[in-house]
Amino acid sequence: MTSPMRRGVPIVAACFGAMVVAVVASPFIGSTSLGFSRVFSTTIPFADNVDAQIFFVARLPRALAAALVGGTLAAAGVVFQGLLRNPLATPYTLGVSAGASLGAMVAITFGSAWAIGGVATASLAGAFLAVAIVYALAAARHRGLSTTVMLLAGVTLNAFFSALILFVQYVSDFAQTYRALRWLMGDLDVASYEPILYALPLVGVAFAGFAWLARPLNLMSAGIDAAATRGVEVERVQRGAFFAASLATGAAVSVGGPIGFVGIIVPHLVRLLVGADHRLVLPASTFFGAAFLVACDALARTVIAPIELPVGIITAVIGGPFFLWLLITRR
Amino acid sequence: MLLSAADLHFRYPRSSKHTTAADAEVIAGVSLDVAAGEAVGILGPNGSGKTTLLRLLSGSARPLAGRVRLGDADVLTFSRRAIARRIAVVPQETSLAFDYTVLEIVLMGRYPHLGTFEVEGARDLAIAMAALESTGTAAFAERPFRTLSGGEKQRVVIAAALAQLDSGKGSRVSFSEEKIPGLESALLVLDEPTASLDLKYQFEIGALLRRIHDERGITVLLSTHDLRFAAALCNRIVLLSQGRVLAQGSPAEVLTPALVGRLFDVDPELAAPILAAAGVRR
Repeated sequence: MTSPMRRGVPIVAACFGAMVVAVVASPFIGSTSLGFSRVFSTTIPFADNVDAQIFFVARLPRALAAALVGGTLAAAGVVFQGLLRNPLATPYTLGVSAGASLGAMVAITFGSAWAIGGVATASLAGAFLAVAIVYALAAARHRGLSTTVMLLAGVTLNAFFSALILFVQYVSDFAQTYRALRWLMGDLDVASYEPILYALPLVGVAFAGFAWLARPLNLMSAGIDAAATRGVEVERVQRGAFFAASLATGAAVSVGGPIGFVGIIVPHLVRLLVGADHRLVLPASTFFGAAFLVACDALARTVIAPIELPVGIITAVIGGPFFLWLLITRR
Repeated sequence: MLLSAADLHFRYPRSSKHTTAADAEVIAGVSLDVAAGEAVGILGPNGSGKTTLLRLLSGSARPLAGRVRLGDADVLTFSRRAIARRIAVVPQETSLAFDYTVLEIVLMGRYPHLGTFEVEGARDLAIAMAALESTGTAAFAERPFRTLSGGEKQRVVIAAALAQLDSGKGSRVSFSEEKIPGLESALLVLDEPTASLDLKYQFEIGALLRRIHDERGITVLLSTHDLRFAAALCNRIVLLSQGRVLAQGSPAEVLTPALVGRLFDVDPELAAPILAAAGVRR
């Protein structure tokens, strides 16, 4: 008899393979068709190799950004669902993305007048503000964190920040509003490797946390008290899950904007394949989420070419009906 | 003494300004000893503080005053993992947020025995299967936990508790690694194990607990409001009323019409035939 966990390892490996294939294949898709042998040719100098330039300078950063954002959002979704013991939670449930969006809106509208850094930095700052508010409320009157207070604070914060976003848009001009709206739709056109490298350390820290959290989150599924009596340091796990998943979400949103549904579709599909064990669900969701968003972005670039759709529209069009199907079929 | 509580007091954080300090105290001065090898029942009506008392005794909650000793040391000085290797708790009901299989649930009992990134090995798997066998649930190993009936779920959770208490060194639980002075038995704590079960499952769980107690040498501490269940299973019964110990002793000593009448606030004449039916030896 083999351990139930080992049986899921091939599926995790398959998800990893899907991610690699998606990242390598997607830059070949686009208005200019590229030759595989020319792109990876060692005989033509890079300066003269237009195919390689399009591949490595224009399209690969975008594919990598999609992989980073998709994998991170899917993993953050898994951790938030485990923390809140609610399979319908998303990375945005606790207000992180609303904070990030407000930060980005402020930077887009007032960025030229105030020296507040780039849009990515401002959105990260907004995300941290939201996280700090939710944490302060949830930890205020409890030993450990109250997930109920967390949920209520998150929902309230989402509404409040949305109002502030509307206010900022109201005072901004047409060009700024257009930019802001495009940002809110989710856009992976990063144009260079820089935003990816900028987000990578934050995502790395978050994933180190995720690796540690996988097993305790399994035990938390049966309840806080049950986990504690099995030896889980519940308060530490709750704090770790909240901060690691929030950090991951903030970093992902700062790169690609608040792209919806990835953090809920992917974990659900993955659970159908590997079961509920977070030690399998987390890595499989990360790889599958990366592959999924890369594919969605390729679709967004080509479906009504030469016009590029924001990827958030594609994920929402796929995700909305999926979510409804989930609600209807789940007992 | 395996477990020893002295003058415990506990109250939940005040949720309304209308409750006065005095009536908010859920546990009001309970002292209680559990010796290795005993089967102790805490008997009391709904709201008498049974669940809270078990949480205090198993180190899940911190008393406002008084203390609980596990072996020779305060229970709160141990890490959660160290406590979990000696005390396993079976809650009243278990509902899962995600769809784990029965075997996965039982393997979770191995948590306090494994390192941070350690994966359950062949030995843990053997322990889990043995626990499933001894609770008669091995046939369900691959089934989703949520598809089981209430009685089956309860037995699976007991199997997880057995896997948790198994040090992996033979059938009898032993603590060769990291000895706790004065602690010579594992403790299985059950919160109203039969509250939501029908008669057939009540008998089944009762027989299972008796076997665990007799064959594995595991000390049992349970709460219940079921007179028959407590009388059949426990060698010592603690009557808990409004957070205070009304009486404690052998079933024959404490399960009298007068005491039971007082405990449940009913006429002693009504309690007498129930006690007779429960088979309490006088």
